[in-house]
Amino acid sequence: MSDAASVSGHSTNKAGRFVYVSGVVLLCAWVLIPLYLLLVNTLSSPEAVNSFPKSFLPGFDLGSLEFFAGFSGMLVALKNSIIVAAITMVLSILIGAPAGYALSRFEFRGKEVFRLLILLTRAFPLPLLALPLAVLFIRTGLDDTAFGLALVHTTLAVPFAVLITFSLFSGIPLELEEAAWTLGCTRLTAFTKVVLPLILPGITASAIFAFVISWNEVFAAAVLTIENRTLTAFLLQTLSESPLHLKFAGGFILVVPALVFIFAVRKYLFAMWGIANR
Amino acid sequence: MAVIEIKNVAKRFGEYQALQDINLTIEDQEFMVLLGASGCGKSTLLRIICGLETATEGEVWIGGKRVDHLPPKDRGISMVFQNYAVFPHLTVFENIAFGLRMKKLPDDEVTRRVERTAGLMHIDQLLQRYSGELSGGQRQRVAVARALAMEPDVILMDEPLSNLDALLRMEMRAELKGVLAESNTTAIYVTHDQVEAMSMADRISVMHKGEIVQAASPIEVYRNPAAEFVAGFIGNPPMNFLPAAPAGSGQWHVAGQVIEGPQVDRALRFAVRPEDVRPAETGLTAVARIVEPLGAHLLVTCDIEGEMFRAVLDSDLAIRSGDKLILAPQPDRVRWFDPETTKAVA
Amino acid sequence: MNARVLPYVLIAPVTLFLCVFFLYPFFLVAQQAFTTGNGFTMDNFREVVSYWKFPISLRNTFLLALAVVPVQLALSLLMATMVNNMKRGRDLVLYVWTIPLGISDLAAGIIWLAIFEQSGFLNSMLYGLGVVDQPASFLSYQNMTVVFIAIMLAEIWRATAIMLVIIVAGIGLIPKEYYEAAEVFGASPWKRFVKITLPLLRPSLQTALILRVVLAFEVFAVVAALGGSIFPVLMEQIYENQFNLQNGGTAAALALIVLAISISFTLVILRALRVPKGATI
Repeated sequence: MSDAASVSGHSTNKAGRFVYVSGVVLLCAWVLIPLYLLLVNTLSSPEAVNSFPKSFLPGFDLGSLEFFAGFSGMLVALKNSIIVAAITMVLSILIGAPAGYALSRFEFRGKEVFRLLILLTRAFPLPLLALPLAVLFIRTGLDDTAFGLALVHTTLAVPFAVLITFSLFSGIPLELEEAAWTLGCTRLTAFTKVVLPLILPGITASAIFAFVISWNEVFAAAVLTIENRTLTAFLLQTLSESPLHLKFAGGFILVVPALVFIFAVRKYLFAMWGIANR
Repeated sequence: MAVIEIKNVAKRFGEYQALQDINLTIEDQEFMVLLGASGCGKSTLLRIICGLETATEGEVWIGGKRVDHLPPKDRGISMVFQNYAVFPHLTVFENIAFGLRMKKLPDDEVTRRVERTAGLMHIDQLLQRYSGELSGGQRQRVAVARALAMEPDVILMDEPLSNLDALLRMEMRAELKGVLAESNTTAIYVTHDQVEAMSMADRISVMHKGEIVQAASPIEVYRNPAAEFVAGFIGNPPMNFLPAAPAGSGQWHVAGQVIEGPQVDRALRFAVRPEDVRPAETGLTAVARIVEPLGAHLLVTCDIEGEMFRAVLDSDLAIRSGDKLILAPQPDRVRWFDPETTKAVA
Repeated sequence: MNARVLPYVLIAPVTLFLCVFFLYPFFLVAQQAFTTGNGFTMDNFREVVSYWKFPISLRNTFLLALAVVPVQLALSLLMATMVNNMKRGRDLVLYVWTIPLGISDLAAGIIWLAIFEQSGFLNSMLYGLGVVDQPASFLSYQNMTVVFIAIMLAEIWRATAIMLVIIVAGIGLIPKEYYEAAEVFGASPWKRFVKITLPLLRPSLQTALILRVVLAFEVFAVVAALGGSIFPVLMEQIYENQFNLQNGGTAAALALIVLAISISFTLVILRALRVPKGATI
């Protein structure tokens, strides 16, 4: 068996290489072509978008985007999305990072229970919890506010923030902190002078990750906002009646930050998930 | 003046007893080595002295002040870590200056001290580099310079040379000893390497299973091991042991020979170092099993009445596996141990 | 601060936050589902289950999960193995493959709408090739299979990346020596994958599968964009109950059903892929 395999391995080396390279190219195309088609639609005039047959090249016409910008409520929704995502980003890091630090540095009673609680949230369809919160928010005056929605999005993002910062902090040897303590630092100054400068890029990456989670969330946003729709909620609500070119322009606006953000955090994506799995 | 006193220190991690009833006084400017196999508690003891770990019981005194409730920064110590712990986001200069800046020393004093210690450790050319641009040996030098720049009463070192290759380790060993002798600080040095311990220490504390088995000068530890563990741990190859039965009035039966020993009337263990036996007319009858030429010497592993026995002999002797040897132990180098307590018997 | 108290102080904010916004609403959903106006009742569940759309949406949700998740698992393992052997261009390829990670399900639905809608790119291509004379209406009752395939493709396109990231990270943690050792003992690449990669990847596979399966039962916006109401799924039914029918009780009951399904699958995955104690890397 193994002999045959190695013999054929040599003779099919070139063919195998070809299959491998074309597989990679094909899978790249599989990701990129739908994105390209969305771009074509976005950069075509509304007439071109609704016409048939469609050109596979963009018309470089900003008509669709202008229509999008002019559509009543769209820019407000865009602004709301950014506000909610920004609050979510700040909240989840402020709340999540200390816990990540605690997990990576201390052995304490209840640590396993705590980890389980964090992992458990990942196994739950969290947006569902927006339903009772809608009632609760009406009572507390948080209904239909950016802050209220950001709280729900933070619930979504904070488990990731904890696990990601846990893995980032674990990547910084405890020895560095101990060295700082022996050189005159308290726990706090050792953290600000040694740990923080080293961890800052990683923290930024996980903050961006939280931003994207909120930016993309549809269900809770649709349930919890009425007047102050986020972009996703607005698009979902107008899905059945809005014209095609509005949908495509909206989809494009949704996708662009994602492209930028994934590019910004690409170095950290894998490191973040490495330890978080264990 | 910094005498270190450790009084009745014990440490438990849950069920696990890492240290028990440690009592040790380290004199001012003494170079004390804590020596033992991994897991013996030597690093834990060092970390308790440093303040990175809290003792479950007992007291630590440094320079006449009780310190066991103080954080590391208030103990007048500095430490060199096993993996150097050179801060990657700071230059070598700022690494050495780190502790001085925390003390808020004036800039010119900081510069003066950094340059002095950097010169001492021969890294004055590297001050503007980052840790990623340094070799392991250079990082080691930065870590030592950083500790020395603090001008501490006590310097603690946790296996500082264990990550260096053999040649560099030998070089650093001598250099470190010289630098520390000049700095007039008390030093505690943790290692599992007995050569390091022998060559550097004023005194060695041999640790085993959370206890200090013997604390004495290197020669004393080597010549007069206080327990079988020390005898079997120190020396390469370690001491040989053979069962001994009393033959009355200080005479002992050892492998069919009668040897003079202590005046006790229970079974003991006879012990002698491999280099303290010589081929002779009369002595212990041994059969050579493995012969390893080591250049200056031959290491011969033999069989004496079913017990393994090693001898280091002159390499001029033509010994082959299977040869019969008569080995005479040097009388003043023979030691005796009580198999019950494993302690030495005078 | 005392090292014994500090960790608790540090985890307090998250714990508190999750109690208020995770455990408490979870309790509220349950309460809402099991009550109408006068005490404990199963009426909400009875009502939900007997509604004619329930079996259809349940079936659709399961079929979709069944069609999507195995393909994604295979695809992400294939992609991860491919990048693992890559010498040049690894970073670029990984970036391209992880792009969908940042794309919302709604945007993904819209993207695939551009392809499948009546004046879309698929029709344009078929017309250009002369396969059809006039654009077909793919996303309609007449073409349920195409609707299903469109949703499936959009889901596979969008959500394979998250599995890929977890698996690539997991493979990165497996020391290279194991492969070298296996190669020395004569294991073929396929054998190495089956005997070393897969078993050692179990923790990552667990995470990836749990995350993906839970998300698969939450499928909503992709379906809304592509199928609208012609392809009902569970989440869409919840939305429907909450807003169009203004019935919080039935919505909560449905939510609990989705929850129960998610938890059962999580437990099954945890059990099936458990790692024996001490057998970790």
